[in-house]
Amino acid sequence: MRGTSRARRRRARPGRILLGAVCALIFAFLVLPLVIVFPLSVSSAPYLEFPPPGFSWRWYENYFGDPVWIAATLRSLKIATAAMLLSLLIGTPLAFSLVRGRYPGRVVLERLAAAPMIVPAIILSVAVYGLFAKLKLIGAWYGIALAHTVLALPFVVIVLGAGLKGFDESLEAAALGLGASRWQAVWRVTLPQIRPSLVSAAVLAFITSFDELVVAMFLAGSEMTLPKKMFDNIRMEIDPTIAAVSVLQILLITLAVLLSQRFGHGTFDMHERESP
Amino acid sequence: MSALPDAVAPLPPKVAALRSRYQRSLAALGLPALLLLALLFAYPVLRLMGLSLSDGSLQWYEKALGEGLYLEVYWITFRIAGIVTLAALLLGYPVAYFLATTTRFWTAVGFVCVILPLWTSILVRTYAWMVLLGRNGIVNRLLLDLGLVREPLPLLYNELGVVIGMVHVLIPYMVLPIFSSLKRLDPSLVQAAEGLGAPAARIFLRIVLPLSLDGVFAGVILVFVLSLGFFVTPALLGGGRVIMIAVLIEQQVREALNWPFAAALAAVLLVATIAIYGLAQRSLGRGGEVPP
Repeated sequence: MRGTSRARRRRARPGRILLGAVCALIFAFLVLPLVIVFPLSVSSAPYLEFPPPGFSWRWYENYFGDPVWIAATLRSLKIATAAMLLSLLIGTPLAFSLVRGRYPGRVVLERLAAAPMIVPAIILSVAVYGLFAKLKLIGAWYGIALAHTVLALPFVVIVLGAGLKGFDESLEAAALGLGASRWQAVWRVTLPQIRPSLVSAAVLAFITSFDELVVAMFLAGSEMTLPKKMFDNIRMEIDPTIAAVSVLQILLITLAVLLSQRFGHGTFDMHERESP
Repeated sequence: MSALPDAVAPLPPKVAALRSRYQRSLAALGLPALLLLALLFAYPVLRLMGLSLSDGSLQWYEKALGEGLYLEVYWITFRIAGIVTLAALLLGYPVAYFLATTTRFWTAVGFVCVILPLWTSILVRTYAWMVLLGRNGIVNRLLLDLGLVREPLPLLYNELGVVIGMVHVLIPYMVLPIFSSLKRLDPSLVQAAEGLGAPAARIFLRIVLPLSLDGVFAGVILVFVLSLGFFVTPALLGGGRVIMIAVLIEQQVREALNWPFAAALAAVLLVATIAIYGLAQRSLGRGGEVPP
């Protein structure tokens, strides 16, 4: 439903202006909470005050000076990196298997791989918590990384699956015909071709783990992750340190998305790609 | 990529053998994932479901589904999920329509506004809403200063706060499927109606809306199902006063240490989730799939 001339004609209509105004308000509603943390994080007031009475870096100093915050951040980075690598390592072969396979049980595997996205996180958390408590894995960072891998897997499979479906298999066949082994053909031809999807999947998996609270809340024990530390802080005392952390987190994620845009040719947005 | 139709001509035995070997190795590629999902997803979840029946009776289900206190929790959960879904639809449809019909530039700007929250930590957003909606929060300060209200409105630590926070999180999940279905709509239908002189409102009601209903349906199901299992938003913006089912499960495990009861509650939530999702997929039928 695109067409510049028609769109231009429509914009002039009163209905069109109303629609634009309504959408502007909704966009403001969507963006407002992300914007608001920036001024708060540099406020000099110890309590929430808006507009901020003065400028100060003290909440950033608070964050960087507090070993608990830093330890939680580093732990989350470690877990997210591990979950990202593991979900790519397991998810990439799975995507190949699901897209190209015609074996019995494929549909079941596909459903199973999508299930962690549908089953509420609280159920998975409690279930894995029960298991890990038995295995004495509570507090182990790799336990959280494993559980996060399960959560990230559906996203990896969706993104890579879309990439593989869009890949022209005759290129791989050509490599095979020229004497490459299947492994060589995939490694040298197919994977480089779907690199944008790989990058998007990696970023998505990283963020899924890095932002995840509920699983980590149960499995972390006293070994806090960043979201768990943020959750506790929000519950106990809201001081603007959390605003500073929020700003840093927004910047980190924005950086990750921009990098994925740069190296992934802007394919982070699945829906844009779907539409012709 | 669809497989070549095997039935067209009988394959030479060598090709058939190669092909079945290829299929076997493709199946093997799924094994690591199968192992991970079996050990860390299917097994723990089934084990949890088993706990709810551990004393060989249905007493925990009777408690979960029979006692007024807990029925109230289900009622609140479904009510909030319904309100959130409706609000997300009312806000999401115009946005999706706008994105699908405006110029390239405004589509890009709008998409940034819709996707950006999706990439931001839910904790950051929830925290921001607490700052905005609190008694001395920015919204109330503004309303008081403008003289629109005499006393701060109760926007936080109640159902309204939870709904606002959840709608904010879930709008993108409504916008994206509706946007896709609007994009699939054949523009010549609209042009034909325009050419025949139909007013814009009628074109929308008779052509655009009916043809985007599959996207609406997908978005509604997705948002509703996701709402049912929400934890972070009700836990923080509800301030302990809005107990949704996920919050109750957490309390039963971590505070009451009542595993069988928590397991029964989780089983009910799981069955509700799967049932709604399954029904939706069935009624979408042919090729239709609930995203993402």
